[in-house]
Amino acid sequence: MLNFVESVQEAVAGIKDGSTVMIGGFGNAGQPFELIDALLECGATELTVVNNNAGQGDQGLALLIKEGRVKKMICSFPRQSDSWHFDAKYKAGQIELELVPQGNLAERIRAAGAGIGGFFTPTGYGTMLAEGKETRFLDGKWQVFETPIHADVALIKALKADGKGNLVYRKTARNFGPIMAAAAKHTIVQVSDIVPTGVLDPENIVTPGIFVNSIVKVAGSGLGTSTTAGKAA
Amino acid sequence: MSLTDTSIKTSETALGRDDLAKLVARDIAPGSFVNLGIGQPTLVSNYLTEEQNITLHTENGMLGMGPEAKGDEIDEDLINAGKIPVTELPGASYFHHADSFAMMRGGHLDICVLGAFQVSVTGDLANWHTGAPGAIPAVGGAMDLATGAKDVFVMMTLLTREGASKIVDACTYPVTGVGCVTRVYTDRGVFLTGPEGVTVRETFGCTLEELQELIPVPLKAASA
Repeated sequence: MLNFVESVQEAVAGIKDGSTVMIGGFGNAGQPFELIDALLECGATELTVVNNNAGQGDQGLALLIKEGRVKKMICSFPRQSDSWHFDAKYKAGQIELELVPQGNLAERIRAAGAGIGGFFTPTGYGTMLAEGKETRFLDGKWQVFETPIHADVALIKALKADGKGNLVYRKTARNFGPIMAAAAKHTIVQVSDIVPTGVLDPENIVTPGIFVNSIVKVAGSGLGTSTTAGKAA
Repeated sequence: MSLTDTSIKTSETALGRDDLAKLVARDIAPGSFVNLGIGQPTLVSNYLTEEQNITLHTENGMLGMGPEAKGDEIDEDLINAGKIPVTELPGASYFHHADSFAMMRGGHLDICVLGAFQVSVTGDLANWHTGAPGAIPAVGGAMDLATGAKDVFVMMTLLTREGASKIVDACTYPVTGVGCVTRVYTDRGVFLTGPEGVTVRETFGCTLEELQELIPVPLKAASA
């Protein structure tokens, strides 16, 4: 069921304590800042968050971590020059970290959306990150068993949606959007523009509306010049 | 070839970062799809020629990446894996993260160039984690790149600041991938690694014998 909602507050209102929330974005590109701000405001806590990083600077996901709302991060690259809020929580033992190679993160999310119960991959074989995992020798290589990552909710950013919930993105802001939209039970999208059905070329739809549940228009969002998006880290 | 053979000495001095980048760029076959890691490997893009027709991949979701964006070109939706604003070249394409990593993991990428803490004789790579107690680990796409690209080139200084060889018998840092490195470009020489051990393709500012004194594993000259 697709809903067009009036505000980001309304869009995130149903997110419960203890939820697993996927948040799109790679660094600041594609990060749905306004939805994250609304999630912070709504007070949901004990969250497990899936994102490539663990927040940059003093905005978006970094603030959610700073305010103690995130119980666990599932990500590939938490440590950055400006990941101070995560670093502090981690060093204080106040946040759990599941570190996942980036390709495994993407493929585990994709697998969840595609109904795949797990897969074998050579990535990580023989490393600390594969310790305790099942391995098999397949296609001439040692491979490691990885499981899907499901989520209750995904918060993503796209450029445009039409009346059917079909989405198009902008440049490298696409990143995790399409796979997270498919992997979550409830996908909430902020877009800079909602266009009439039929305007988007069906050949160029990136995320078909079947993967989308709630859409909210955020003016200026997704144009690469969002005022809330700070400098690239 | 004997160990003391000096015919592989191709430079009177050790190579600087830019000369090394130039050398790596020259060794990339025309038409290749290439991923350049963050840091020193990024310098390679400065020396790729138009005739080489190389397509650069950035794992956050783009093929056909152009140079760093300046001034008005800066667009927050167009960044590379190091989160630096970049530009797009004609023929560029964008894709989501699972497709982007399928390009590596599926063996479609010809070459990736990575930095390293250590490389072992058999091509094990350590470049993601010092393993120091309390260090916050971050892996990003390093393990996928190391395991998936057809060729994995490492660019690094041969010695640590303390003078220890980064080419080692077995990695003491946590490994990123096992037996994945095919070639190591350093300021003192170019090394080929694989199941047979290390061979030296060329040396810079030293003879093979002098190089052997710095490296605790047996070296031999690569057959031409």
